[in-house]
Amino acid sequence: MAQTSQFCTFYLDKLLFGVELKGVQEVIRSLDMTKVPLAPEVVTGLINLRGQIVTAVDLRARLGLASRPAGALAMNVVVRSDDGAVSLLVDEIGDVVEVDENTFEPPPETLRCPVREMIPGVHKLDDRLMHVLDIEKACQMADVTTAATAAR
Amino acid sequence: MVDAVRQMLNQIEISGQEGERDDSLLISTLTRLQQVPETPAKSAAAELKIPFEPAVAPPIGDILMERTGVTQAEIQLAADMQKKGDPRHMGEILVEQGAVRPADVVEALKIQQAARTQAALSDSTIRVDVGLLDKVMNLVGELVLARNQVLQFASRMKDTGFVAVSQRLNLITTELQEGVMKTRMQPIGNIWGQFPRTVRDVALGCGKEVGIEMEGKETELDKTIIEAIKDPLTHLVRNSVDQGIELPDDRVKGGKARSGRLILRAFHEGGQVNIEISDDGAGLDADRIRKKALERGVITTEQAAHMAEREVFNLIFLPGFSTAEKVTNVSGRGVGMDVVKTNVEKIGGTVDVQSTRGQGTTVRVKIPLTLAIIPALVVTCGGDRYAIPQVSLIELVRLKAEEVGKGIELVHGAPVYRLRGRLLPLVYLNRELKLAEKPSTSKDDGAVNIIVLQADGRQFGLVVDHINDTEEIVVKPLRKQLKTVKTFAGSSIMGDGKVALILDVLGLAQRASVITETRDRAVTGKAAETASAKEEKQTFLLFAGPGDSRMAIPLSTLARLEEFPANQVEMSGSQWVAQYRGQILPLIRLSVVLEERRNKLRSLEALPSVDSGPIQVLVLNHDGRTFGLVVERIVDIVEDRADVRTPATRPTVLYSVVIGDRVTEMLDIPTILRKASIPAARLKAVQTPPEVVN
Repeated sequence: MAQTSQFCTFYLDKLLFGVELKGVQEVIRSLDMTKVPLAPEVVTGLINLRGQIVTAVDLRARLGLASRPAGALAMNVVVRSDDGAVSLLVDEIGDVVEVDENTFEPPPETLRCPVREMIPGVHKLDDRLMHVLDIEKACQMADVTTAATAAR
Repeated sequence: MVDAVRQMLNQIEISGQEGERDDSLLISTLTRLQQVPETPAKSAAAELKIPFEPAVAPPIGDILMERTGVTQAEIQLAADMQKKGDPRHMGEILVEQGAVRPADVVEALKIQQAARTQAALSDSTIRVDVGLLDKVMNLVGELVLARNQVLQFASRMKDTGFVAVSQRLNLITTELQEGVMKTRMQPIGNIWGQFPRTVRDVALGCGKEVGIEMEGKETELDKTIIEAIKDPLTHLVRNSVDQGIELPDDRVKGGKARSGRLILRAFHEGGQVNIEISDDGAGLDADRIRKKALERGVITTEQAAHMAEREVFNLIFLPGFSTAEKVTNVSGRGVGMDVVKTNVEKIGGTVDVQSTRGQGTTVRVKIPLTLAIIPALVVTCGGDRYAIPQVSLIELVRLKAEEVGKGIELVHGAPVYRLRGRLLPLVYLNRELKLAEKPSTSKDDGAVNIIVLQADGRQFGLVVDHINDTEEIVVKPLRKQLKTVKTFAGSSIMGDGKVALILDVLGLAQRASVITETRDRAVTGKAAETASAKEEKQTFLLFAGPGDSRMAIPLSTLARLEEFPANQVEMSGSQWVAQYRGQILPLIRLSVVLEERRNKLRSLEALPSVDSGPIQVLVLNHDGRTFGLVVERIVDIVEDRADVRTPATRPTVLYSVVIGDRVTEMLDIPTILRKASIPAARLKAVQTPPEVVN
């Protein structure tokens, strides 16, 4: 019997992503956000999560996807990273799925480089593919992005 | 006793064998100490008729022996008499024998009592993990926010029972919050406890006699701050003993008591904690510091003459500065005072030194009560709120609409305000943070709010849309995703649950180029202040070139400073031009002419984008030709001798020179003209006198 693990899934630009359930603190609806001027563009702002200030990272921007259509509210997937809680902004929340490791496969070679390090692979679900997202990598601001924004 | 042991060790070290010193007293004390575990209960009960308690208070005999001249033998005798059934107290026996005065016994009893109370106190405290305390504090923070929301609901409710309950909740939460805050506070006495030892060691080491006095031991400070100031304070104390207080003989000659006094005082004042370390020593010698500073080239002769005594004293905080004539193991290495200052400033405090020649020196350290909660001024800019720590705040200036026009002047586009006769550079927060301009609706009154701030010894005015109020805010650090943003020191949750950013005044000043580097301040600042017109000095225009490099041209070559909106710049061939006073002014971009390959590629780059803001242009007259030099930003106009020259590293530069402590490149205008390959003919055309065109 292969080992199974649980993933919290969500959608970004119609793609299905999943983060390991044990790294997820909570999922909440859109909250009031304070913008941070001069911040890297992937950082959407700061939210007040019951007295805790959490940085919100726009996953669409982080993964190089098209930006969210205006007016569409994002969901917050609050994950625990090494550096405290970080909120990942996603389009829509999916189910919690249980996958077994047999369905895992590393990403194809054709996947572009910057995104590649955040996506260690995909799980082949029955009807579609679920991209596995590495929480630490996603929360870590790649030097390239920060350097570029800092130079602006 | 530790002293005695140490002396013994020293002696052993020197002679290789145990010394000749009479150690009998020490040995007997040691033996007695060994017996203490069994005896105290007995002796305490016997001596004071106090019910049995396992107090750690020392036997009265010991206290008397320490404070008066009673000998071990006399006490032993008295103790023997007690053992033989004498019902009297130790003190009584001793008084009767004429060994001590009754007053001494009373005092000794008081000491014993105090020691006993302290022992009882230590039983009523427990040790708690700091992590747990932090967690509790966070939870209380959450509770406070929940309480705020409940109160909002309650205000809409008609149910009086609910309103009453929520008010009760309000009270309890507030008290709970205060209580939790208090758990983090520690009396400063905790770190002062070791100072008598330090003072004794240092004094012994340099053959001085020093007594230490402490006032305000119970003054409370946040735990993190206590830890942060421990080392700076220790250094200051050592310094005072080693350098401040004179040798006993010199003191007697100066008409002072043989033994020096070191006084530590701590007290609360205006939401801050003041700690003073005063000695009654020789005081600082302003002339010697001046001389030393001159030798080291920290200040110029002229500055030295103008400096107030206080300013001179504060020179001792500069790195690498030491007035000690000889290096000891305590001081004189020149590191220390600057580290003290840096460390104190790191926690938002200030250090100041006052001294009277021959009477002593006082170092005053002011630190905030806690790092977690700071008083801050909340302002609004571009629709968002920002908090400015009150420590860097100096004053608020409000200009009415009709005053704005003449109050704010431009030094070539750089706005300044005349604050009591001095020019105060203005920084617009919404421009620095690339926020939306002040909405026109609120422009009705047209007033301008200027917050005068101090960063690293420089003042500047921050212009914001609206000044809200001062508030005590809870500082929360920013996560690493935002660590690159230097303009913010942290974030905080406001009363309504929204997040506000805390401005880092230093970072903001650096971004706005009010100060260029952390360390080139003070000196440059003072240089600019005291620089008066001197014949041999030349006047230079300082500006920033590509990559924030510092460049200069002699002011005499400059015709005007201009600012063009980006959309007024047009292209003529590959050349930028602008219409200027009815003529075409060729614009030379420094980034293009300077020998940088990367920039050369950019030479064919299109016009400046409109959103990049207006471009700064130096209009120059050279050899009868007029042209514009596009620079990143104008820095300053300085007078300097500019005598430290080094050969240039690139062809467009005449030489490098140190102006205001920064290496500055003096531009070679003819070469730049050649590089930019502006056809001479066109330049001639441009040169046509304006009157003709107009």
